[in-house]
Amino acid sequence: MNIAEQFDDAPQQEQAATFGMWIFLATELMFFGPLLFGYSYARSHFPEGVAAASRHTEVMLGTLNTAVLLTSSLLMAIAVQACKADAVRLARGMLLLVAALGFVFLAIKGAEYRHEWREHLFPGAGFAFADARHAPAAEIFYFLYFALTGLHALHLTIGIVMVLAFAAGLLRGGRSFASAERVEVAGLYWHFVDVIWIFLYPILYLVGRSG
Amino acid sequence: MHARVTEQAGGDYLSDGYSLRSWLTTRDHKRIAWLYLVSITAFFFVGGAAATLIRIELATPQGDLVSSDTYNRLFTAHGVIMVWLFLIPSIPSALGNFLMPMMIGARDLAFPRLNLASWYFYLCGGIFTLAALIAGGVDTGWTFYTPFSTMFSNSHVILAITGVFIVGFSSILTGLNFIVTVHTMRAPGMTWFRLPLFVWANYATSVILVLATPVLAMTLLLLAAERLLHVGIFDPALGGDPLLFQHLFWFYSHPAVYIMVLPAMGVASEIIPCFARKHVFGYRFMAYAILGIATIGFLVWGHHMFVSGQSVYASMVFSILSFLVAIPSAIKVFNWTATLYKGRITFSAPMLYALGFVGLFTIGGLTGLVLASLALDVHLTDTYFVIAHFHYIMVGGSVMAYFGGLHFWWPKMTGRMYPEMWGRAAAVLIFFGFNLTFFPQYLLGYGGMPRRYHSYPPEFQVLNILSSAGAAILAAGYLLPLGYLLWSLFYGKRAGPNPWHATGLEWQTASPPPRRNFEATPTVTREAYMYDPVTGRESPQ
Ligand code: HEM
Ligand SMILES: [Cu+2]
Repeated sequence: MNIAEQFDDAPQQEQAATFGMWIFLATELMFFGPLLFGYSYARSHFPEGVAAASRHTEVMLGTLNTAVLLTSSLLMAIAVQACKADAVRLARGMLLLVAALGFVFLAIKGAEYRHEWREHLFPGAGFAFADARHAPAAEIFYFLYFALTGLHALHLTIGIVMVLAFAAGLLRGGRSFASAERVEVAGLYWHFVDVIWIFLYPILYLVGRSG
Repeated sequence: MHARVTEQAGGDYLSDGYSLRSWLTTRDHKRIAWLYLVSITAFFFVGGAAATLIRIELATPQGDLVSSDTYNRLFTAHGVIMVWLFLIPSIPSALGNFLMPMMIGARDLAFPRLNLASWYFYLCGGIFTLAALIAGGVDTGWTFYTPFSTMFSNSHVILAITGVFIVGFSSILTGLNFIVTVHTMRAPGMTWFRLPLFVWANYATSVILVLATPVLAMTLLLLAAERLLHVGIFDPALGGDPLLFQHLFWFYSHPAVYIMVLPAMGVASEIIPCFARKHVFGYRFMAYAILGIATIGFLVWGHHMFVSGQSVYASMVFSILSFLVAIPSAIKVFNWTATLYKGRITFSAPMLYALGFVGLFTIGGLTGLVLASLALDVHLTDTYFVIAHFHYIMVGGSVMAYFGGLHFWWPKMTGRMYPEMWGRAAAVLIFFGFNLTFFPQYLLGYGGMPRRYHSYPPEFQVLNILSSAGAAILAAGYLLPLGYLLWSLFYGKRAGPNPWHATGLEWQTASPPPRRNFEATPTVTREAYMYDPVTGRESPQ
């Protein structure tokens, strides 16, 4: 591992990288904060409208995506362990699978978006909601839905690029780039993106369906 | 490992390449500090120019200099530039960048590349904001309140908030870098409770930066979405709620005042013990108070919303919590005072600034309690009382401390001394000009003069003229250091490593410091501020 000039030794550098990622993830969480706060605000102000809107989400696709993402997280964990154990081929295979599952998630999400676009659920001038009474609340719900899932998809895209870069690094045998420490930091990020989804899934897809 | 070579080649960080390119691509925290220093100073004077126009306009009761619309754009420009481009980055990004690694005995911040990127974010955001100004300005006030900013304002709101959004990333990255650095890169023996209070203060500030700034960024994105797509999030006509905007905005912007003032407290805590030759009184309490202020600061944003229509119960809770912040703040003031008690005080230029800071911060803080009282605030809100209050905190507090810090560490940063008499004269002039500018505004506000109007009833004129006259003196006071500090770069006498006989690690290396700060990583064996009031030197223990 290369040690940058400001560090004394490898453990210090590794500690800084991991800790830096944790703090970065804390800021990321705060990024989602206003949207989640807006969501709870909307839900407490217009409970019925939000519930009605949430019943329009594609729960089957959302559930499928949850499964896809959780599986990817498992594979990511295996990849990190493989990297640590110097099992380069296994690590590379796992990383490629992780990226593939990421793509699957995005594809399913895209299909959902297309559906919603066709049904005029995209907020703005063309927005239309079957139940006119709830249209304003539904528009806010859908705005938050697109903002939250869009932001999540953006993070996932960045994650996929990162994972592919490490897979490519391992292919060239470039362990200095794709060091176990770095793959572990990337893994942290990937799990974080998952955890965000674990929150989004119930509040966007499930809430309106209870009762 | 090529770095070892440059280190052996000797020379200080300033002689490490002279081309513009070597500066713009540097990863040395000390040079990046200079990049900030220069750009922040430029923005300070742009913001100051707007303030000058505001004060000239207000010298007469009629709105005769500028139209009301132009006036709105002026105070918005002034507020936006001063808050986002000057106050927030000033101490952390300029002084903090220079000093934090040295104070903990590190060679650089943990992520030097990221540090440079932060400056580029800052510059880029600043350019967007200036572009909004040049394109015609913004009339929303620096708070960008909805639904005015989303539906009615026909000014360049999107351009301005893009700038603020980008500057926010600079804050976040700097905060992240500082936190990781303090956690992982302290020299052997530098335990948490041996850290200088300046490091504690910037550490706590970084936590606020990292946790609060993303909220502002996202809030601005929502604002942009509403303005561009007309979805109702904040606008009641579209089903949204403007209170939501205020909650989100102040969730960031109240802690932001601690982003401005905590580092200032850190500066005062370095200067006062040094020129009183005493160990800072109650070091641990000082550190805990910093953390306390940072924490409680997250819970009081609603005191900006007493008249917004939020529930009175919420207002009561926010009022009580706001009073709580006074406790750690008072601890700090009392402990500085106790540090001075029986000290061997030298009234050098940095000390004068630091004492000015303590006095003005105290007045600003006490009037803050007035505003935190629910009933009084209903009377005083959006009057000049508020303007006076926040200028006492932000200008009297933060800017004073920033100047103090600049004078204190100038010899370290440049290797040169400035003319001491000029330094003292400027400090006194600023203190006097400041009080003449802003004290009358308390009276104006108490008498009922509202803020953000370009004309006012004639009976307020006397106090307004006093205030404008004070502003002229203040402006002269701010221009002086620009002159003599630049002069000192060429003609100032050599400072030597430790002209103030201070105890911090940063004083144990050459002035200006070598490229990697220390010839060999120092080992710390004792607490900060081991001054001896009897000999006036460092205490042997
Ligand atoms: C140099 C002398 C200064 C003068 C004469 C001055 C004057 C003023 C005045 C008259 C206003 C009120 C505008 C209004 O609401 O009607 C104002 C607002 C403000 N000032 Fe200053 N100011 C000065 C320096 C500063 C500095 C150094 C800072 C920050 C570092 C600062 C930060 C602010 C902020 C944040 C506002 C709020 C803007 C708003 O109302 O939207 N000011 N200033
Ligand atoms: Cu506040």
